[in-house]
Amino acid sequence: MPLLVRLLVQRIALGLLLLFLVSILIFAGTIILPGDVAQSILGQSATPEALANLRRELGLNDPPVTRYFHWLGGVLQGDLGTALTSGQDIATAIGKRLGNTLFLAFWAALISVPLAILLGLIAVRYRERWPDKVISAVTLASISVPEFLIAYVAIFFFSVRLRWAPSVTTINDSMTLGEKLHTISIPVAVLTVVVLAHMMRMTRAAILNVMQSAYIETAELKGMRMFNIIWKHAFPNSVAPIVNVVMLNMAYLVVGVVVIEVVFTYPGMGQYLVDHVSKRDIPVVQACGLIFAAVYIGLNMIADIVSIISNPRLRHPK
Amino acid sequence: MNDQLKYLTRRAASGLMTRREFVGRAGALGVSAVAATTMLSSAVKAAGPVKGGTLRMGLQGGSTTDSLDPALSTNQVSLMLIRLWGEPLVELTDDGGLQGKVAESFEASADAKTWTFTVRQGLTFSNGQEVTAADVAETLDRHSGEDTKSGALGLLRDIANVRTDGRNVIIELNNANADLPYLMADYHLVIQPGGGKSAPDAAIGTGPYVLKDVDMGVRIVAEKNPNYWGDLGNAETIELVVINDNTARVAALQSGQVDLIDRVPPRTAGLVSRAPGVTVASTAGPGHYVFIAHVNTAPFDNQDLMLALKYGMNRQELVDKVLFGYGSVGNDSPINASYPLYTEFEQREYDPDKAAHHFKKSGHDGPVLLRTSDNSFPGAPDAAALFQQSLAGAGIELEIKREPNDGYWSEVWNNKPFCTSYWGGRPTQDQMFTTAYLSSADWNDTRFNNEQFDQLLIAARAELDTGKRTQMYADMGTILRDEGGLICPMFNDFVDAYTDKLGGWVENVNGFALMNSYAPLRMWVNA
Repeated sequence: MPLLVRLLVQRIALGLLLLFLVSILIFAGTIILPGDVAQSILGQSATPEALANLRRELGLNDPPVTRYFHWLGGVLQGDLGTALTSGQDIATAIGKRLGNTLFLAFWAALISVPLAILLGLIAVRYRERWPDKVISAVTLASISVPEFLIAYVAIFFFSVRLRWAPSVTTINDSMTLGEKLHTISIPVAVLTVVVLAHMMRMTRAAILNVMQSAYIETAELKGMRMFNIIWKHAFPNSVAPIVNVVMLNMAYLVVGVVVIEVVFTYPGMGQYLVDHVSKRDIPVVQACGLIFAAVYIGLNMIADIVSIISNPRLRHPK
Repeated sequence: MNDQLKYLTRRAASGLMTRREFVGRAGALGVSAVAATTMLSSAVKAAGPVKGGTLRMGLQGGSTTDSLDPALSTNQVSLMLIRLWGEPLVELTDDGGLQGKVAESFEASADAKTWTFTVRQGLTFSNGQEVTAADVAETLDRHSGEDTKSGALGLLRDIANVRTDGRNVIIELNNANADLPYLMADYHLVIQPGGGKSAPDAAIGTGPYVLKDVDMGVRIVAEKNPNYWGDLGNAETIELVVINDNTARVAALQSGQVDLIDRVPPRTAGLVSRAPGVTVASTAGPGHYVFIAHVNTAPFDNQDLMLALKYGMNRQELVDKVLFGYGSVGNDSPINASYPLYTEFEQREYDPDKAAHHFKKSGHDGPVLLRTSDNSFPGAPDAAALFQQSLAGAGIELEIKREPNDGYWSEVWNNKPFCTSYWGGRPTQDQMFTTAYLSSADWNDTRFNNEQFDQLLIAARAELDTGKRTQMYADMGTILRDEGGLICPMFNDFVDAYTDKLGGWVENVNGFALMNSYAPLRMWVNA
């Protein structure tokens, strides 16, 4: 077990280093972008005096390196700073948005992950027969259509025509859990459709890979039922690649759903980030970038650790 | 009564259909003329303002980065929020005149250099504090002071001194200005307690609503201010949801999640208006889409080249294909009939022969470079492509450079010599010209520098004789049209939509979209 602990410590340290590098990259990126915060805040109605006043007030006259280290110092003490544009405390604002994003991602994952794995197992059980072909065709088609189109089509039928659920999914604190779930039902369905194919295909491929092994043949010769063989013998041995792809998709559900958020007017992190990028609000962009990077790195780390634990060969490297 | 008949009755009652038309259409549904007339008169009685209920609207333009500080307001949503909680000294009337809000009355000295505004008696802020002349003076000071960031600073530059005397606020100007009260109607200049100096974003004012639940760029809930002095505000609660995506906004209206939206895309407005229970309202306004050239920069300093470009623009085609008819043709002047002292002059038409003639005379060789982006105005790249085609008809080559949306306003507009852009317009000629065409203007985005024009503008400000002023503005319009760097192909209408759950829409209100942003305050929720 100490080997496992060492491995964990190593991974976490690497993750932190990556985060640090990411923060430099994001900062450099926002500096390279044309235009500055003051101009973006005041827009077309900016006068030279107003611009100069705002720049001075926001501390934009300091050199970038000074601003970066000032910010980094704050973050290390757990202070993400205040937004340049609205003067709000970033941690509070992000906390709410992140909560919303995780809420949506959680329900989408809760439905899509078991469904994808189940469909994968069914596809293997009936491989090359019609259930396999139908599942593959439908999921591949859904991943090939751009997500905003699926979203618009879903809105047209389920919201405008049938009026089952709203298309504006602005949730707020005064709603009960039931109301919230009803509100986000269409985006959850769309996200499920979007991430399903990738996970389903990987499950199918990974299990099929194992199905060629001799011990599966033995199990078959013992007279076990096909589905039991897949579930009890093949699936545990192909968990690593499946977990990897599941984690990638979960990361996508957290960091990559800005288009869905815009179409459904969902108050999540993506929309929040985009608003601040277009206003060059560097502290907010950095905080969001850092959180997104942390989610991505964290989920990938979990995937790594699960594959190591599930595979004795990786647990005892020679 | 069936739905169709109900709908007709409501339209007729709110004046969208004539009585004769109504009786005819009702007859087609099998209702006798006498019954129809009775039906209509009871509907008219019932159609008066209904108090209470929740009015829900979906607006474009809000962002999580918005501030509640009116000085920093730049978009439709922050403007709407200001309308809810605050009021300026005066406001535009529907036909472009002025009415008092925080100010009960106002008057000028004979030379229009000193203006006196009298604060309304017994007016209180939503925090219970009484409104004093000092609050007004402090507000003006905050927007015009040395270290201000206010978008209204440009308007207030000419103020020499503001002092108070009892309930009077006395504004002294460096130069005479007959339009000063119009400047006070600017939406940035809402009166705040102590001028909003200590808490600029507290959203405390004298408006008909009080903000209750604020999540900037997402959703804002406002409730009726019980102590409001005026007759605005019928709904008990107003819920504003920011829906920036066009399709999502229209879908929200069609599925009944909101009852009022702005910026219906002209492309789909026809389709939307055919949906049952939805009315699309198009309002002509001062907003215009422009192609602007710096007339002090080669090759646009060449008058003949500018004229070639102006004659090479097919204005009607742009109105038809870019605005889908929701607009009117422009005439290379920023002024149209929505301005109070407008004079019509000869419409410049597409004339490839004249364009070719001037192009030849200009001696210019090679293509002309135009920069454009999606956000410079809706459909700008399409408009640029149409311009390219119509110029090609005159043998002029236009090269189009597509710029990213991001950074367009800081890197391209008012920076590069020839690009596409838009103007929202201003309530008066003086403001529009002063903002963008005076040689010393902050946003002189055509680098227009004409001595005669500047002199006329200053003289017109001090001129209290309306006839003479009108003539002066007509002369300035002609100078701009013939010598300016502005190619104005079209004025865009505001296209808004509402469902039949709401009543009280008024056609052709002057100012901004959504009845000068007063729609939620003046409309009501049908019981």
